[in-house]
Amino acid sequence: MTDADMALLLARAQFAFTVSFHFIFPSFTIGLASYLAVLEGLWLKTGKGVYANLYRYWVKIFSIVFAMGVVSGIVMSYQFGTNWSVFSDKAGAVIGPLMAYEVLTAFFLEAGFLGVMLFGINKVGKGLHFTATCMVAIGTFFSAFWILSANSWMQTPTGYAVNAAGQFVPGGSWAAIVFNPSFPYRLAHTVIASYLTTALAVGAVGAWHLLKDRTNPGARKMFSMAMWMAALVTPVQIFAGDLHGLNTLEHQPQKVMAMEGHYQSHPHGAPLILFGIPDSAEQRVDYAVSVPKLSSLILKHDPDAPLAGLDTVPPDEQPPVGIVFWSFRIMVGLGMLMLALGLFSLVARARRGLYDWPLLHRFALLMGPSGFVAVIAGWVTTEVGRQPYTVYGLLRTADSVAPLGAPAVAASLAAFVVVYFAVFGFGIWYILKLMARPPHPGEPVPGHAPIRSAGITPAQALEGGR
Amino acid sequence: MDLTVIWAFVIAFAVGFYVIADGFDLGIGLLFPRFPVGPERDAAMNAIAPVWDGNETWLVLGGGGLMAAFPLAYAIVLPALYAPIVAMLLGLIFRGVAFEFRWRDPAHRRAWDFGFTAGSFVAAFAQGVTLGALLQGIAVADRAYAGGWWDWLTPFSLLTGASLCVGYALLGAGWLIAKTEGETRAIARRAGRPLLALFLLALATVSLATPFLEGQYWQRWFVSPGLFVTVPMPLLVAALAALLWRSLGHDNDAHPFFYALGLFGLTLVGLGISIWPDVIPGRVTIWEAAAPHSSQSFMLIGAIITVPLILAYTGWSYWVFRGKVGGEGYH
Repeated sequence: MTDADMALLLARAQFAFTVSFHFIFPSFTIGLASYLAVLEGLWLKTGKGVYANLYRYWVKIFSIVFAMGVVSGIVMSYQFGTNWSVFSDKAGAVIGPLMAYEVLTAFFLEAGFLGVMLFGINKVGKGLHFTATCMVAIGTFFSAFWILSANSWMQTPTGYAVNAAGQFVPGGSWAAIVFNPSFPYRLAHTVIASYLTTALAVGAVGAWHLLKDRTNPGARKMFSMAMWMAALVTPVQIFAGDLHGLNTLEHQPQKVMAMEGHYQSHPHGAPLILFGIPDSAEQRVDYAVSVPKLSSLILKHDPDAPLAGLDTVPPDEQPPVGIVFWSFRIMVGLGMLMLALGLFSLVARARRGLYDWPLLHRFALLMGPSGFVAVIAGWVTTEVGRQPYTVYGLLRTADSVAPLGAPAVAASLAAFVVVYFAVFGFGIWYILKLMARPPHPGEPVPGHAPIRSAGITPAQALEGGR
Repeated sequence: MDLTVIWAFVIAFAVGFYVIADGFDLGIGLLFPRFPVGPERDAAMNAIAPVWDGNETWLVLGGGGLMAAFPLAYAIVLPALYAPIVAMLLGLIFRGVAFEFRWRDPAHRRAWDFGFTAGSFVAAFAQGVTLGALLQGIAVADRAYAGGWWDWLTPFSLLTGASLCVGYALLGAGWLIAKTEGETRAIARRAGRPLLALFLLALATVSLATPFLEGQYWQRWFVSPGLFVTVPMPLLVAALAALLWRSLGHDNDAHPFFYALGLFGLTLVGLGISIWPDVIPGRVTIWEAAAPHSSQSFMLIGAIITVPLILAYTGWSYWVFRGKVGGEGYH
């Protein structure tokens, strides 16, 4: 392996590591910000103290997750330049403005109102405080909008031209760039995934405390809300995922071939390979367990429809099949388990066992991290599946990388790995410690709100009737 | 009006705003060990806890805006400054999480306090090194960085690194004098004059060294029309420094910060004169690096709508947290 190949591999590893770690946090804050807005809105509407308590319980966790999302996100915004400078030079005029819009409409909005949301409970009225919470929630959505538009353009580029310097430049209409073909599907699938991930995490915390004390009102409320989300949103997510897959089949067929493990073309209906071990060297799936014609039925809605395989794709344009095949199955398998949890909770609710069935609570507890795993597995599927390109079909990953020596990238990768595991490891541990505490009436606001003079209860403004 | 010029000013504004706003945040990080553990240290951190995140966002706008409006510059500068940029990012991680973590984990508070200071120092020093490395010039060939990965390391870049730390600490002291009371304010006040003296020394050294670097800085400063700025600049700096010196000994709590802000403003104007109209000094002009008109105009629409809104709600947030931290006037 040459030094340049090694540098490329290290740069890819560094991006994969930092972006995977980063995305854990926004996939939680996008959902949690909306959940907090709902809790505060319900409290203002009903005056029930349980909502205020739950708000205070979750806002402490939110502030830690958000801080980790911010600091790991700044790394991403600079890494395009430090490690993918050729990509930045060539595609900056198209995706740069999308990211600039993300900063202008999302990051500032979140950061500008976060201070009031976390520390301003005593300083502004209830209405204004609720507005601040909503602004943070809207900011997280705007952020998802723009960054997914940028990512989708890299997957399904449209609306561009190429200038004399070999740069992608806007071809005319920005709408064609922003609303590129895969964007609506990716946006829906990712935002719903964030809501579901949050619901599963909240549900697991509720379940944990119900297992210890099934009368805790905060635990009952959060568990009930989370299970409604799991029951109602999982089917929607499966539907959105199916549409996203059909869109991928249309625009990035190689990715779907890798997901399905279809090395061979199937002119008379393709089987759905449930499990197996892909062998790219031999171009076949060993020990495959498959259902005949089901893949054609799912992807083409016709059991006998022909489906092309990777044998139609030159070897240097094939994505790594093994990773995509497995990550896709992890995501789908977890999705099916989420559906089972949602249905189980509906049965329990109908039989008045929602708060009393330990089996349901144990299942929900186990499913707590499943959203995060599914989200990362989904991103691995879509990002590895579009290899060997950064701008699909147009700019190869190998031609996008910065002219850095392998030792420089190896050193930075090692530093990121050490720092991320140490810092974010502690952060996740603090979050788990907060989650281990049961929610109780009179939940304090974040303990480090700017210290006030004696006699003022920090939680005053949120003190509702209990 | 030339869109490229407008974008050069927008990005200069974002970077300038970042330097000043996160400058006092990082400066407080640098001063942090001077405050005793307890209410003093807590007050120093609480003076910026609600605003640091917004301040740091200007850095993302500077970086993201550079990629969008001047992609070639972004593509050349960041690999050239790989080590300092990565160090800055890692420093900002420790600095940022310390705001949350030190309150969550009393057993490890000392470690996170150290991380807060060390992270602030690494980030501030790396930013200063970045500035120095840009000023001294970077090797460019075929639309890419063409130097080695230690080129940034010179006595000059180390000097700018140290200078920026001193400047940030001065801003941080000014902010703490304005926002805190009691022992915290007293410590910040005592640090003020030594920091000012160091800052002036650093400013003079960097200013004297810059015209002798490779490049055209000499011509910019000592040939008309630059001369019209060169002559009054030291006078303005001296006047503001005198006012700042005096205010550090007086009872007014707001003045030192604003005078320090003024000094930083002059420094930034001076840098602008040195660099304009290049985006990579001596190598690439803003027009050579510019994104196409369509990209710049699309973003400008967004910037015209959002930047006033951003300034408005950011100002509102500062207004909500006005007054002294932990003081009687803070309700």
